[in-house]
This record gives sequence, structure tokens and C-alpha cells, in this order.
Amino acid sequence: MNDGFTAHLWLIPALPLAAAAIGALTPRNGRAVAAGAAIAGILASLAVSIASLAIALRAPAAHLHSNFSWFDLGAAQVRLGWLLDPLTAFMAVMVAFVGMLIFVFSVGYMREDRNFARFFCFLSLFAAAMLGLLVANSLLLLFICWEGVGLASYLLIGFWFEKPEAAAAAKKAFITTRIGDLGFLLGMVWLYNSTGTLLFYDGGHGLFDGGQLGLLNAHLIPATFLGLALPLSAAISLLLFCGAVGKSGQFPLHVWLPDAMEGPTPVSALIHAATMVAAGVFLVARIYPLMSIDQALTAIGGHPSIHALSVVAAVGAITALLGAVIAVAQNDIKRILAFSTISQLGYMMLALGVGSWVAAIFHLLTHAFFKALLFLGAGSVIASAHHEKDIRRLGGLARRLRVTFATFAIGMMALSGVPFLFSGFWSKEAILHAAAAWSVSRLPLCAGLAAVVLTAFYMTRLICEVFLGSPRSESASHAHESPAVMTVPLVLLALGAVGLGFLGTPAWPWLESKLGGAPVEPQSLLEGGGLMMLSIFLVAIGLGSGWALYARRARANAGAPDPIEERTPRLFAFLAAGLRIDEFYAASFGRLIDALPALAAALDRRVWGGCVDFVAGLGNFAGLVNREADESGLNAGFNSASESLRSSGRAYSSRQTGEVHGYLRALAVAFVVLAFLAIWGGGQ
Amino acid sequence: MNTLQLCLILSGLVFGIGLAAALARSSAILVLLGVELMLNAANLNFIAFWRFGPAPEAGTGVLFVLFAIAVAASEAAVGLALVIALYRHQKSIRLQEATRLRG
Repeated sequence: MNDGFTAHLWLIPALPLAAAAIGALTPRNGRAVAAGAAIAGILASLAVSIASLAIALRAPAAHLHSNFSWFDLGAAQVRLGWLLDPLTAFMAVMVAFVGMLIFVFSVGYMREDRNFARFFCFLSLFAAAMLGLLVANSLLLLFICWEGVGLASYLLIGFWFEKPEAAAAAKKAFITTRIGDLGFLLGMVWLYNSTGTLLFYDGGHGLFDGGQLGLLNAHLIPATFLGLALPLSAAISLLLFCGAVGKSGQFPLHVWLPDAMEGPTPVSALIHAATMVAAGVFLVARIYPLMSIDQALTAIGGHPSIHALSVVAAVGAITALLGAVIAVAQNDIKRILAFSTISQLGYMMLALGVGSWVAAIFHLLTHAFFKALLFLGAGSVIASAHHEKDIRRLGGLARRLRVTFATFAIGMMALSGVPFLFSGFWSKEAILHAAAAWSVSRLPLCAGLAAVVLTAFYMTRLICEVFLGSPRSESASHAHESPAVMTVPLVLLALGAVGLGFLGTPAWPWLESKLGGAPVEPQSLLEGGGLMMLSIFLVAIGLGSGWALYARRARANAGAPDPIEERTPRLFAFLAAGLRIDEFYAASFGRLIDALPALAAALDRRVWGGCVDFVAGLGNFAGLVNREADESGLNAGFNSASESLRSSGRAYSSRQTGEVHGYLRALAVAFVVLAFLAIWGGGQ
Repeated sequence: MNTLQLCLILSGLVFGIGLAAALARSSAILVLLGVELMLNAANLNFIAFWRFGPAPEAGTGVLFVLFAIAVAASEAAVGLALVIALYRHQKSIRLQEATRLRG
């Protein structure tokens, strides 16, 4: 289906891309031009996104698309396309809106940076790639943009590349996500090989609107693993899911995300909290028909089959719990938020796995608002406290940074799931209810509930340490509120963090019915109220215990140990090191990779080197015999001949200057002479 | 002037820019960049002659260019490794200073 508008969807990514091009050509002192172009680009893109949302809402179940041919190769044709449905439209509006606010915030945050123009160029490049990813109607186009956001993320994490930690963090992020992307690429090639198309919707010939998926499901992979069989669709889904695991910071590839906090704080807010890391969740939601097609199968050829979504749910549950546990023991304000992001992304994956992609996207949208708010709030704190990021050395900022404190507190309550008023509560409830309704296992629900307590606890700890008590360092006691260009985005995001939740409450499930494309019956709040009461109770426990430990007896000075550290120092150190997963990787995979070149070197030196030495020894021996024969007889005649050779050689070698340019020039001249000879003298 | 001629003029320009960079710049990396430009000019010629040549449906031009790009990529890898080695040796990548191999 094509209504004319979808053919112009390319405008959404193209406008920020144009802004990036302008930013790239702007000299270093053209600060206003670069920032103005970036903000104008994303604003225009926001306008187109809102228009497309209006169109998508008119027919939520229709997947409007328009495809075009990229290039032909022999008989094969590679086609790409644009897709407009409520999933795309909601995501695009969210990305453009949050992105626009973060761009504005960056004007204030980066105002003293030398490379201000370059920063906005990279931000626009990121926005273009991210929006392109959202409107893609082809897995190939999605993958291209996917790598684009990876590149922008690499550039922005390493924006302060003079710092060795930032350069290392950028490299780590790039390589870790590349591991997941390898799975993505393999899955995509496999999918193309078995279906012959990578378009999602193609008027009855695409992946999801044709009969291709059923074929995939019927095709089995002969090999069985641990007595479990795998249909082809599940194998491909899981390979594609690898990409989502890498990009969305899911266990076991989550290690890059905390280190990515070396980048400037607006980058952490935009890329590593609100949008890019949510791309993995978006990917799974986008290919949901493929992910869920094997749900109907229970056994294949006598072997029980693994469902792709069960793996997703397990990864999500582990990640949700793991991120929350580690966040409890971090001392860097941005690292706490980073682990919190990992945990919340785990929630979304969990919701996808238990079968409610709508709940996952709802949480993605609300999370984007309050996590961007929290990161920007953290940025405001960091900027006003002279780049102090250690919560032990902050404190007492509530009175100095009133706007930041108020908005940060709203974000904190939304993230913790404080009932009724805040958006995070409603989206988290949707996920918990979906998990409770999952028939396969109760474990994801338990992990989710445990993470609820921990989330409320570590956020209370964060806010008590940073804003309450008394300042514990010179820089914290001289903090002053940030300028309006930074606080206004905070206020707008705080409004979103409160208001967005009311789009998807059980009593008025507007977002659910629009996203799913089918009307959803409103439920009274009392239905499933037991679980809601339980989660409210758990939030209260988390908030209360955090308050009891950190607010009643505020930290006296920066060196004092954490209350948990006092009781169980070893556990705290273990958590603070992120469960030592980095060390484990260094000791296992890192060692393995170090061992390979060592092995190759040893082989070279001992085995091949030995062979060569032996042959050389034989040659030496033959030479010895030869020399004895030569010296006595042949030498004298040759001496004079070789003397003349040497003198001519010396003459030639004086032309051998070592100047590469001289050689190149000679090459060029010779080339021109030859060309003339070939043109005019070629006939004779 | 037809499209083929326009393509050839463009590739000639790109080649000329690449040649000028290779001959005139003193930084090894920029010389490498110039070499890459010249390679790409050649690729452009391949594509143009294939597209407007006698058998555009065969796909030979694209395949040849794919090979050329692969070779260029490995060449860039080796070239950059050489530049790094050069830098480690003499703390500079100016080609005028890299004359240790003179006769």
C-alpha cells in the first residue's frame, strides 16, 4: 500500500543528515552555524515525524510502505524501502523530540569545548542514522543505519579522544557491539538465502505479509543440541537477536555500556540511554512476526523445541536483575545511571520475550523520557560542580540547584515506579502483568519484582548522596544553577516523564490499541490489582530502605565508607567491580586472543625457523666446499670484471636517493611519456 | 557531450587530484589518500565503460570493481601499518625524512 506520503519518509533521516553535512563543512569557529543547522535539522525532522504519526494513527493496522530498487546485479535486484506504521511513527517522534531537547541542552553543556562544531555534526549524523533505522522497510537498510548509529556512537564516546580512557571506551564499545552484529549479519544472509527477500512488507511478497515465515517454520535444522530441536525461523531469529544483545547492552555483551559514559553527558543521555540502546528492543519488536512464529511449535521430530522468545525473556530477566544489583554499589553518578539503563533495557527484552511487545515499546518510550531527563540532570550537576562525578564528593546540592533537583527527583520517581502519577509506574506495571501472564516460567516475573526493589533503592541512594546532606568537596560547595538553555529541556522532559504514562494506563489503553493495530478493552484498575499492590509495596520497601540507610544519617565526608560497604566490604567491592565480568572476559577471551599470536610466533621460531635453519646449514656447507674450489682457481679473472660492475653500480645507486617523491615523480613522468608513445607512436 | 564522456572527465579529474596529492603532499597518510583516489578514478572508469559498453547486463564491471575495492582495502591496511611502523622508527611520517633506504 502506498498513499504518496510514505515515498517522502526519507525526509525524516535526510534532514539531520544534511545538517551533519553542513556541520562537517563548518570551520571550527562557526559555532552558531553548526548548532543552528543541527537544531533546525532535527526540528524539521520532528515536524515530518509528527505529520507521519498523524497519518499512521488514521490506519494503525496498515503497514504503509514504499519500496524502490537500490541496484541491479545481473538478474538479482536489491530493493530497499520506507515503512510507516504506529511503531515507526511513535519511535520517530520520540527520537526527534528527545533528540531536539538534548541538542538544545548540548549548546549549554558543550559551550566551552574547542570542537563544538564537530560535536553537533556527530550528533546530527547520529540522529540521521537512528531515524533511518526507524523508517527502514528492509532488514538491509535497517542494518546499514544500525552500523551508522554504531559509528556515531563510537565517534561520540571517543569525542574527547585525548583522554586514553575515552579512546579505550570507544574502541571497546565498537568491538563489543561488532560481536553481536556478526550474528545479525549471519542471520540476515541466512534469511535472504532462504526467503529471497529482506523487505518487511512488499504488497504480499515481503517477509511479513507473504507466506515466507510459514516456510521458515516448517524447515528444520537437522542438528539437535542437548536434545532440543530448532526450527530455521528460531535459528535466524536468535542470530538477529545477537545484534540486539550487543546494541542494547544485554548480558553477556553489556560490558561496553558503563564504559561508554566516558563520552560527554548529552551523548550518554541521547545515545546510551534514550535512543540507540533502545534500537535492539526496536529491532526485536520490528521483526516480531519472525521472532514469534515458532511459538506454535512444541516438539519437532520427537525433540522439544526451543522458542526464540524464551531465550529473549531469559536474557532480559538476567540483565534486568544484573544491572540493578551492580548499580547499587557504583559511586560514579553516570555509571549508576548506565547500569540502571542496562537493567531497564532488560525489562524491555523481558516484555518482548513474554509476548508483549506493546508493553516493551511503551516502556521504551517512557524510559527514553525519564532516562534522558536523569542523564541531563546528571549533566547539569556535573557541569555546575566543576566536573565532579563521584557521588561521595557531591552532596547538599538540593538548595543550590533547585530546578535540577526538582526535575531529577521527578525522573528518579518515574524510574523507581512511584505509583499513579509517574509514567514509569504504568509502563513497568504493563511489563510485570505481561510477565505474570506468561505460562512458561515464573522466573522472569520474580527477577522483575526483585529489580523493582533494587531500582527504588539505588535511585534513593543516588538522590540522597547527591542532593541531600552537606557538600563534601570544594567544587560541590561552590556549585551554582545551570543556565536556562540547560534547565528548560529538563523541565520539558520532566513534563513528558509525568504525562506520557497516561497514554497507556489500563483504564485508557490508547497507546496499546494504536500500537497493536487493534482496539484493546479498557480494564478497571482493580483487575490484577494484587500484583499492582505487591509492586507498590516493593517500591515502598526500596525507597524506605534507601531512605533509612542514606538520608537519616547522611555521609559525613567523602572518605567515609558506604553503609553497605561497612557491613559487607567484600560483597560491595565485588558489586562495585561489576561482578568482575570484565576481569573474567580479560582472563578468558583476552587470554585466548593473546595466546594465538604467541602460538603462531612459537611455531614460526621453532618449527618453520628450524626447517629454514637446517636448509641454510646445508647451503652453508655447500658454499664452504665451493669456496675452497673457487679461491684457488677462478677468482683472479673475475676480480677485474666485478670491479667494473661495482663502479657502475655505485654510479646508479647515487640516483637512489630514498626520496619517495622523487620516485613518484619519475613514475609519473614515465607514465606520461609512455602514454604519448602509445597514442602517437603506437601505430608504427 | 554524453554521459560516458562526463564520467570520464570526472574520473580524469579525480585521478588528477589524486596524482597531485601523491606527488605534492609530504605526509605519508595524505600520499596514501592520493593513491586511493587514483584507484577510485580507475574504478569509476571501469563502471562507466561497463555501463555504457556493449554488454551492460553481464555485471563484469561491478565484479571487477568489487575486487579492486577489496585489493584497495588490503592495500590501505598494509599502507597504514607501514605508516605506523615508520612513525615508531623516526617519530614522524614526513616522507622527506624517510630516506634511510638510499643507495
